[in-house]
Amino acid sequence: MFIELSPFDLSLAAILVLALGMLSGYMKLGISKQLYIAAARTTVQLLLIGLVLKTLFASTSIAFILLIAFIMISVAGWEILSRQQRKLKGWWGFGISTGSLFVSSFLITLLCLSIVIQADPWYSPQYAIPLLGMLLGNTMTGIALGMDRLIQNAWQQRPVIEQRLMLGQTADEAIADIRREAMRAGMIPIINSMAAAGLVSLPGMMTGQILAGAAPVEAVKYQILIMFMITSGTGLGVISVLWLISKRLFDERERLCFKRLLKEKT
Amino acid sequence: MNSLSITKLQFLHCGPIDLQLKATEIMGLSGASGSGKSRFLRALADLDEHKGEILLDDINQQAIAAHLWRQKVALLSAETSWWFDTVVEHFMMKELAEDLAALGFTQDSLRWNVSRLSSGEKQRFGLLRILQNQPDVLLLDEPTANLDKNNTRLFENFVMEYLSKHSACAVWVSHDHEQLQRISQREYKIEDGALINVY
Repeated sequence: MFIELSPFDLSLAAILVLALGMLSGYMKLGISKQLYIAAARTTVQLLLIGLVLKTLFASTSIAFILLIAFIMISVAGWEILSRQQRKLKGWWGFGISTGSLFVSSFLITLLCLSIVIQADPWYSPQYAIPLLGMLLGNTMTGIALGMDRLIQNAWQQRPVIEQRLMLGQTADEAIADIRREAMRAGMIPIINSMAAAGLVSLPGMMTGQILAGAAPVEAVKYQILIMFMITSGTGLGVISVLWLISKRLFDERERLCFKRLLKEKT
Repeated sequence: MNSLSITKLQFLHCGPIDLQLKATEIMGLSGASGSGKSRFLRALADLDEHKGEILLDDINQQAIAAHLWRQKVALLSAETSWWFDTVVEHFMMKELAEDLAALGFTQDSLRWNVSRLSSGEKQRFGLLRILQNQPDVLLLDEPTANLDKNNTRLFENFVMEYLSKHSACAVWVSHDHEQLQRISQREYKIEDGALINVY
């Protein structure tokens, strides 16, 4: 019942991506380059990880698994930064995104492994790595969206923020609306996934488990667990990033401090 | 009594500036565009970085939280910003019939849509909005630049009445020397980063 894909099948899909890139280039939407790079990366990265995944899952060394987790978190932090139109200068951007990923994804994965799943040992890689991966993948998207929205809107609405400061509002009050908007932007993808799960979309992990022969109810339970983990992880991550960045956007005299931002990348 | 005392104030290329403002006094300020008038007001409101000491009576600007300082030392910028749909949403106190009338509005005007305000209307509403904090010092950046003669007079009288009622003081930036002579006791101009007494 397993139908193998031929290189021809894949190239057909690749042509679609290529066409999209060309269309975007033609319409001057400026996403083609990023699109091609991401498509190439997904191919190479998945091929590589596919080759070593069995070896990885066979590993029992906690140090090795922590190292893998550490690399995953750093890469996710780095990717968040690359999605930003304006970023904080220095190590602040990387520090804030990676730190927030750690607090949300890593700690929640730990909690899930040790208390909920109770794998033996708790760091069993066939649970730990995919779980952390799913959490990071989703949290990363939420954080990247929320962060980008916060900084972009603060930049564009500078007159409004300063007007609010002139009226004697605290820095926190002055940016509250923008932060709320950024929180919404960061949470929309996961709220969409939860609302549509089962009706519109069949989550990949659950479907995979059922196809592989697991009892549907068991697979569904896992999927719900994952959804809730992802949601709380994303929420925590976005909240922490928004809080830290809005602190960083003001100095100690509650003045907007845009000199802490790099110039917009083109 | 509310007096503002400025000692060795430095910002950008300007200063050091020393200045005293007494209660109910209006200080006129002029100078070419880009000379630093707006920056001067922003420094007084602690919205820009600056050096030197600024005291309101015996309260040091740097000794209290910045937002509390800005409630006392209020800046009305040349361009005001409005972020809600209607004017009234920007006001804490909604019963302003008397003040509105003094500036040529009615209580009904508060319900106006922000998107259709003229720049002159924005400046007059902006004044009312900033006065809700009952500031002790008013920093007015070309506040009547977009007003006709009649509304300019209303605006001037309204500010002077507020100052005497609250024994507050004001710095009034304007390009209109006749206006400054009419309302201010002293006029200064900023030239090459220095504050020069005109009269």
